[in-house]
Amino acid sequence: MIPRRDFLLTTLAATASAALALHGEASSTELIDANVWLGRWPIRDLPLAEPAALAAKLNANGVTRAWTSSFDGLMHKDIAGVNARLVESCRAHPIFEPFGLINLTLPRWEADIAECAKHRMRGIRLVPAYHGYKLDDARFVEALKLAASQRLVVQISCVLEDERTQNPLMRAAPVDVSPLAKALKAAPGARVMLLNWLQSMASKPVLLTLADTEVLFDIAMLEGIAGIEGALESISAERLCFGSYAPVFYHEAAKLKLRESELNATQLTAITHENAKRLLFA
Amino acid sequence: MRIWDLHTHFPTSNGLASAEQRAEKLLRCADRMGIERLCLYMGFPWSQDPSPEKFRADNDQVMSVLKKWPDRLLGFVYVNPKHVDPSLAELERCIANGPMVGIKLWVAQHCNTPEVKRIAKRGHELKAVVFQHTWIKAGENYAGESTPMELAELAQGLGGKPIICGHTGGDWEKGIRAIAPVPNVFADLAGSDPVAGYTEMAVRELGAQRIIYGSDASGRSFSSQLAKVHGADIPEAAKRLIFAENLIGLLGPIMREKGIKF
Repeated sequence: MIPRRDFLLTTLAATASAALALHGEASSTELIDANVWLGRWPIRDLPLAEPAALAAKLNANGVTRAWTSSFDGLMHKDIAGVNARLVESCRAHPIFEPFGLINLTLPRWEADIAECAKHRMRGIRLVPAYHGYKLDDARFVEALKLAASQRLVVQISCVLEDERTQNPLMRAAPVDVSPLAKALKAAPGARVMLLNWLQSMASKPVLLTLADTEVLFDIAMLEGIAGIEGALESISAERLCFGSYAPVFYHEAAKLKLRESELNATQLTAITHENAKRLLFA
Repeated sequence: MRIWDLHTHFPTSNGLASAEQRAEKLLRCADRMGIERLCLYMGFPWSQDPSPEKFRADNDQVMSVLKKWPDRLLGFVYVNPKHVDPSLAELERCIANGPMVGIKLWVAQHCNTPEVKRIAKRGHELKAVVFQHTWIKAGENYAGESTPMELAELAQGLGGKPIICGHTGGDWEKGIRAIAPVPNVFADLAGSDPVAGYTEMAVRELGAQRIIYGSDASGRSFSSQLAKVHGADIPEAAKRLIFAENLIGLLGPIMREKGIKF
């Protein structure tokens, strides 16, 4: 690191406006955001909840494609209706790529997965903590198999809100991913990405728990200074994907993480878009 | 835009043995993020209820790196109100007769107590910045962990002198409500998820002049915490206040007295 005087002459001048720098960085590369949401977040009015406003923000921050599900599916039981509205929103704002939300506790959830395939979606998203099942549930393995047969990526969103600040009537512990490796062995061909994961969601650190699988991880809740560098001590750059958890999180958080870690061009390309594309077309 | 970080700690990463190595890693990341100065407090390993010997050792670790980077790092003295006389002695050692400029109070004892008030008042006599950790947890707080409501109670007895509400209670919508009526309380943005709307609500309820950027690095990333300001829909002037000007306003008197240039 550098003394303050040199710092002021170099770093500070170069980052006089971090917001502008963000835009500049974004324009140089393709950027797939694998963790975006539409619909109503039940506990708070989000500044960018409206699709048009969110699309504009993502565009401004250089996102070229946003894998998007609807928060409405957390509580609504008419999941087919939720996903149909999601498709309409995505059609109106083409930056959004719809990933249907699936609730495995509802009757005929299999039909909802089939419906996602009919909508020509590229993937589905699960929220086990809010829908009330664990990853050793037989329905989860069946969902992995069915998604694989329909060529749908499966995203598992592990945390939606810090446990410490949750409403007492809406408590949801982080998903325990310990059974995931075993479930994947029972569902060959399943393509899985974890969103909003924490290292503490298994009996040993999550990255070590899933090191021998092909599961991908987003960076939305990856914390600690130079967090991506830290993750790369356990897994390769081919396993990380850009994800912001917008509009719940300020989108800039994920963008800045790409700067905070010292990444080479190959790693940046992998994380910003190549890994996500590879997952889609695997 | 100048950025000063109110709230950092030594990294705990593997392979970094010394205080100097840890501070160097912290500063290297801060350089990448355009952060000019870091307030650093507590040593390693952490202790929630440190003995006087332990907090003196923690403070020695911090002071050892202040010597090497006096123009980048600002030290806050870590004390424990359960040991009030040794804590007051530590203020003399590290602030009155040392290089430190602030006080860090964590979770050993609730802050609406006479012991914390004595420490805060002596800190104010020394022109030090006083920082009190707070949280409101949906589960249970630590036994001695303060809430913003308790901090507001303490602050009302400080004769209008400033005090910082660490984390704004974590559950920031409640924390902001709790401290809003007490104008000498400043909100620290550090150490919670970068939830959109946080900073906008704080500006609306407290005014930008009462909000200070901090990260809680190295447990937190700089990125997620910087985003709370960079990403907020607030005027550029408000961002300047939050990123540096408010903290400089609080630290200016003691830095001038100690001859620290800024």
